[in-house]
Amino acid sequence: MKKQHTGWLGKVYLALVLVILYLPIFYLVYYSFSSGKTMEKFGHFSLVHYRVLATDTRMIQIVINTAIIALLSSLIATVIGTLGALVIKRVRFRQQRQVLLSLNNVLMVSPDVLIGASFLIFFTVIGLRLGFVSVLLSHIAFSIPIVVLMVLPKLNEMSPTLADAAADLGATPWQSLSRVTLPAMTPGILVGYFMAFTYSLDDFAVTFFVTGNGFTTLSVEIYSRARQGINLEINALSTVVFLLSLALVAGYYFLSSRAGRRNRVMTVKEGDVQ
Amino acid sequence: MKRLMSAMIAILLICLVLAGINWQLDRSSRASQDNTLTIYNWGDYIDPALIKKFEKQTGIHVDYQTFDSNEAMLTKLRQGGTNYDVVVPSEYTVSRLKREHLLAPLDHAKLPNLQYVSAGLLDQSFDRHNRYSVPYFWGTLGIVYNDRLIARHQVQHWRQLWNPRLRKQLLLIDSARDVFAMALIIDHHSVNTTNPVYLHQAAHRLHKLAPNVKAVVADEMKMYMEDGEAAAGVTYSGEAREMMDNDPHLHYLVPSEGSNIWFDNLVIPRRAQHKAEAYRFINFMLEPHNAAQNARYIGYATPEPTAKKYLPKSVTNNKAFYPSAKVMKRLHVYSDLPLKDVGTYNDLFLEFKMLTR
Amino acid sequence: MMKKQQAFFFVPYLLWIVLFVIAPLVLIIYQSFQNLSGHFTWANYASYLGSATYLKMTAESVWCALVITVVTLVISYPTAVVLNRLPNKQFWLLLVILPTWINLLLKTYAFIGLFAHNGSVNHFLEFLGLGAHQLLFTDTSFIIVASYIELPFMVLPIFNSLASLPSSLINAAADLGASRWQTFTRVIWPLSLSGVKAGIQAVFIPSLSLFMITRLIAGNRVITLGTAIEEHFLTTQNWGMGSTIGVILILAMFIVMGLTGEKKKQQGGRH
Repeated sequence: MKKQHTGWLGKVYLALVLVILYLPIFYLVYYSFSSGKTMEKFGHFSLVHYRVLATDTRMIQIVINTAIIALLSSLIATVIGTLGALVIKRVRFRQQRQVLLSLNNVLMVSPDVLIGASFLIFFTVIGLRLGFVSVLLSHIAFSIPIVVLMVLPKLNEMSPTLADAAADLGATPWQSLSRVTLPAMTPGILVGYFMAFTYSLDDFAVTFFVTGNGFTTLSVEIYSRARQGINLEINALSTVVFLLSLALVAGYYFLSSRAGRRNRVMTVKEGDVQ
Repeated sequence: MKRLMSAMIAILLICLVLAGINWQLDRSSRASQDNTLTIYNWGDYIDPALIKKFEKQTGIHVDYQTFDSNEAMLTKLRQGGTNYDVVVPSEYTVSRLKREHLLAPLDHAKLPNLQYVSAGLLDQSFDRHNRYSVPYFWGTLGIVYNDRLIARHQVQHWRQLWNPRLRKQLLLIDSARDVFAMALIIDHHSVNTTNPVYLHQAAHRLHKLAPNVKAVVADEMKMYMEDGEAAAGVTYSGEAREMMDNDPHLHYLVPSEGSNIWFDNLVIPRRAQHKAEAYRFINFMLEPHNAAQNARYIGYATPEPTAKKYLPKSVTNNKAFYPSAKVMKRLHVYSDLPLKDVGTYNDLFLEFKMLTR
Repeated sequence: MMKKQQAFFFVPYLLWIVLFVIAPLVLIIYQSFQNLSGHFTWANYASYLGSATYLKMTAESVWCALVITVVTLVISYPTAVVLNRLPNKQFWLLLVILPTWINLLLKTYAFIGLFAHNGSVNHFLEFLGLGAHQLLFTDTSFIIVASYIELPFMVLPIFNSLASLPSSLINAAADLGASRWQTFTRVIWPLSLSGVKAGIQAVFIPSLSLFMITRLIAGNRVITLGTAIEEHFLTTQNWGMGSTIGVILILAMFIVMGLTGEKKKQQGGRH
């Protein structure tokens, strides 16, 4: 009955917060259309920076590298993470399960710098050459826990009698897995893949530590270019990235509302600071 | 199950297609001909017209690849499996490459144009008798200042940077050896000292500089100096050159009491596949007209007195980039220190950075 | 048969736990007891604990992270409350979260332009008659940018805890004659505390370890634990010392988790 109202004060406040959140982004987008060279004065409208971007082979290669890493690492992480959720579910003793879950969450709560530094030591010890493989492995490694956390609730929701029923009906373990368990997990798997994908795209610190031999991802490249000084090609790039993110988010929204649990999806981003 | 499987296969296919595109881009940017010379150099560190000229003169195809730090290049050369024919390391990296037996000794008979290089710049401590390297460009560590914010006579000497008037007006290059070099020179110690007493003395001196330091930066210094964020900065002549090209109010000077001199050098890796072509290229770059053309494009100091003749007087008379003989005598090359001492420098420098607030 | 099946499931995931969770953790602790030439030593810890500079750096890093956390909390809590009362709240929440999908390097880069000597903020200040100020390379700019980046991660958990509050509870409080303020202090705030704690976890720990912002925005004048680790690993190549600071960071992490952790047992009694 007494539905709480938001006064105009609240709305103004929220608007202010949103303006602050978007100001830097639109600032970048705005200057990407400037003919000038700096972010101090807007020249006239021009697409020159987009043209430069389109002919920058190195940048295009880096964007492709970033995409390959993100697609592939999240795929492998999803497979391993799904298996991980099954493992955790199968463990009978509560304490053991708790230990496994805590180990699973270590990488979720560790700061990126720490993950990057410890992986760097690890790769050096085992003698792995830094480059594509080391970056791919790291991205897989830090994406696995989020997939587990996405899939596990779906498994828990599943009625335990279902698998039993399948077994009673003469299904082999493999059949009961593929016909009963997997379909129940599918929404979690999809959201998990999506999360892993955005984690990978977003990462800077870990990649910064474990990359080498000329292999670079987008965020590391932006870092080194930003240090060279303001370059409106980066602005053009950020506009493209912004539009892509919009598309991704739209897809994500679509997926998660199909999964019917919007709220759950939103909770996920919590661990994903930095 | 089927849906998941097909999604998986679709993603793998996309990856494959992307990898294919990347491979194509790679191939088109580096044609693999037999008669190819692979140069591994800093980004934008050669006049592209010279590469064209060399290709036309010799019929050798040049594949120009770049690195952005000595360390990155070093890792690649160590890793092996690379096919670089000419590489351009800085002097301390030459010593390291030499020590790790990654360089081919040079046959001076194949480099007749070596005669044009100034004798004063040959036979340096990092490579006696130039057995492995020939100088490409050289430069100094010095002070860049903005004449709208400060007068030249206020920043002519290292000691003046400690002046309280410069409070929060100074940018420093993010490099332990260079920052310590300033303090060591003021104390009349060698820039290569490993004596902990001298180093702590220098650290103590630097702590007093802290209030003047606005930021400790790397490549960003260019942007900040051009924006007028700070009145003065300590940086390399090459960096200063680029800033000055963009902003006529910026100037560069080398304090007369001494400083560091650095060299970028041409070397041939031991594993090079096209040594004959590499010699031709190095000899080509040492030819005075070409050296002059390259210096005009890059803006760094050429090691060849003959080449200087082909450059505008305004450039070659500029004491900031071609210091007088008197100052030249007070410029010191960094030697490659043992790991332990590099550690000491770095630890003290990190401590210094923590204090600059 | 069953055993074999299980092994198939167990192997990849357990391999991951051993190789990428346990091994790196052990290695970083092991490395922290090594000197530059690879011998066992206590020296790293000794020099960390014995150096006033390192201790001061740690204290300042913690202080900065604390300020960032408080700033984001103060801004986020009202935001979450307002969001939660809007009719289309999921949509508005999405708008708040959207910026996190944009690479944080790009956002930081935008602030370089905004805060520069001739940047837009200074133009605006001049326009207001306040005059240009030094914005880059200050502690304030570092805290502003860091808070900006962490903001959505604080809003989110608080929003979630508020959204899960049954509205009947608030109505009941009101029906029993509680004022709005009383409803807030007695009902809403205590029940949203779990979200606040989660938010603090999500903001404080990463704030201790931010390193690129300290370089790009603060010009290396603010050194956080993260900067020190990065510096030792990638510039000075003193992995031993870097790992030692890493171990300190792990300890800090556990302390924060301990302080903000949920007491699982409490869930029993409902009013």
